[in-house]
Amino acid sequence: MVENVKQLLKAHEGIKHEVYLDIENSSIVPKEIIEAMLPYYDQHAYGNPTLTHKPGWEAFETIMESTQKIATFLGCKTLEEVNFTPGETEANNLALIGIVSPMKDKGKKIVISEIEPISVLHVTEMLQKHGFATTKIPVDSEGFIELEKLREAVDKETVLVSLSTVNHEIGTIQPIKEAMKIVKDKNPETIFHTDASDAYGKIQFNVKDLGVDLATISSYKILGPRGIGALYVHEGVNVERILEGQIGTQKLWPGVENTPLIVGFAKASELAFQNFEENIRYMRRLRDKLFDGITGKVSDVRVNGPKGDKRSPDNVNTSFLRCEGEALTIELSLNGVYVSSGSACSRRLLQPSHVLVAIGRKFDEAHGSILMKVTRYHAEEDIDYVLSVIPKAVERIRGITGSTGVE
Amino acid sequence: MSRMPLPYNPKVLELFKNPKNLGKMEDATVIAVAGNPLCGDMITFYLKINDQDVIEKASFESYGCAANIATSSIVTEMIKGMKLEDAWKVSWKSVTEAVGGLPSIKFHCGILAVGALKRAIRKYYENKGSSPDWLSKEPTFEEKQALEEEELAKVLSKRMKTEEEK
Repeated sequence: MVENVKQLLKAHEGIKHEVYLDIENSSIVPKEIIEAMLPYYDQHAYGNPTLTHKPGWEAFETIMESTQKIATFLGCKTLEEVNFTPGETEANNLALIGIVSPMKDKGKKIVISEIEPISVLHVTEMLQKHGFATTKIPVDSEGFIELEKLREAVDKETVLVSLSTVNHEIGTIQPIKEAMKIVKDKNPETIFHTDASDAYGKIQFNVKDLGVDLATISSYKILGPRGIGALYVHEGVNVERILEGQIGTQKLWPGVENTPLIVGFAKASELAFQNFEENIRYMRRLRDKLFDGITGKVSDVRVNGPKGDKRSPDNVNTSFLRCEGEALTIELSLNGVYVSSGSACSRRLLQPSHVLVAIGRKFDEAHGSILMKVTRYHAEEDIDYVLSVIPKAVERIRGITGSTGVE
Repeated sequence: MSRMPLPYNPKVLELFKNPKNLGKMEDATVIAVAGNPLCGDMITFYLKINDQDVIEKASFESYGCAANIATSSIVTEMIKGMKLEDAWKVSWKSVTEAVGGLPSIKFHCGILAVGALKRAIRKYYENKGSSPDWLSKEPTFEEKQALEEEELAKVLSKRMKTEEEK
C-alpha cells in the first residue's frame, strides 16, 4: 500500500505550481506560527503546568497568557470559559455529551440542523442509543436554517440545540442570534451550542454579543497547528467531562497540556484578527475571483451555498455536472491543485455530502462538487493558476464521461 | 466510515491518465450500461461483434472515480479479439488483478464493469434471438451486484423526493 502511495507521489514530480485549497480537511501551518511554537518544545515552558518547578510555572504562565488572547478575541468574561481540547471533533463531542448527560432528567430532546458537521451528527446518532431523540431542522436551497421549523421543534424537553455559525462545506452564515433568541424564548433552560470553527477569525463572532452557552473553535481552520481546539463554556453552564484522568489546568479535558499547540493556536488567532477587516476583504476578493472565473470558464456549473455577504469570505463550493468529483480531485492534484470533493467516492461513503443533499442538490450534482477555501496567504497568481487548471481538468473528466448518464 | 487514503497503484493511475479504448463507438453491435449517476458510478460499453461471435472492437465511457475508469478500460483491452464464450468467463477478480489490485472499497468498480460486460453479451444474444448453452439463465454475481446498486440508487432518489415533499 505504501509502495502505491510512493508511486502516486512520484506521478506528481515536476509540478511547477502548487496551490493548497483543502483547508476544510487540514491546513498548511505558516512559518511564523511554527516559529512562535518552537521554543516551547525545548527552551521554555516545556514542563507540566500543574507542577512546582520553573518549567512548570513557565508552562502555566504561557497557557494562561495564550488563553487570555483567545478569550479576548472570543469576547469571554473569564479565562475559565476557554477549555482546550484536541480539536473541533473533541470539542463538539464534549459539548454534546457533556451537556446532555447531567441534564437527562430535564429532558431527552436534542435539536440540530440537517447540515451539521459529522462530529455533531454522529454524536447525536450515538446519543440516540441512550434515549435522546434528535430533530434535524431543514435548510433552504442556500443552506439557511428554517427558523420557523426551529421554533416548532424546541419545547420543554429540549435540553440542547446545536447549530453551526458558518457551515463548513457551503459557507452559509446562519442568523445565529435570531436562532438563539427563538430557542431561549421557547425554553430558557435549553443550552445553545454553536460550532464556530468556520466563523472564528473569518466573520464577526463574539460570544458575549451572541449570548451562546457553548461554542467550538478550531486551530487548524485559522491556520494554526492541528491537534488543538477549544470549547467556550459560558460561566455557570455545567458541562461534564467525557474522559477521566489527571486533571491539570483544563478542568474539562484530562491529560498533560500541549503548551506548544496552545501557543500556536493563540498565535494563529492573533494573526487572523490583526488587520481583520483587511484580511476578510482580501479573502472575499479571492473567493469571488474563483467563483467568477469558474462560472465564466466552465459550462454547467452550480454554485453551492449563498453568494456575497451571507457567505463565509473563504468558502468556494461548486458542482460540475457530468464530472465525477473523486476523478476530478485526482486530475487537479496531478496538476498541483489540491481540493476535496463531496462525492460519495471521495468520501468513502455510498452517499454524497449530506450538506449538499440537504440544500436540494441531486446526487449526481453532489458527486461533482469541489470544495475550496482561500486564505490570506494565497496570492492572486495562485488563483489565476487554479483558474487555468480547472477548465482543462473538468473537460478531460467530462471527456471520459462522454454520453454516459446523460438522459 | 473510515477515510483510508486510496492507494491507487501505478497501473490504475496510468489508465486514469491515459484510458485505452475510450469513447462512443458509432458502429457498435451492442451497447450496455451498468450503474447509475446517482451512485456516482456508471459505465457504458460498446462492442463490435462479428459473425463468429468474436469481439472485434470494444470501447467504453465512464462516469465515476479513477478505479471505475481504470477497470472499464482494462475490460475493453482484455476482451478485444475474444470469443464471447471466453469473454463471458471474465470475472471481476481477474479484472481487479489485471489493474494490479484495488483498495477493497473499490472492488465494486470492477464488479460493475464486468456486470456491464455480461449485460452486453446477454443483450447481444437476445437481439440475435438465440442463446448458447454456456450462457447462464440466472444472472451472474456481477449482474446481480449491478442491479443491486441501481436499485439502491432508485431507493435513495425516492427517499430524497419524499423528503422534498415533506
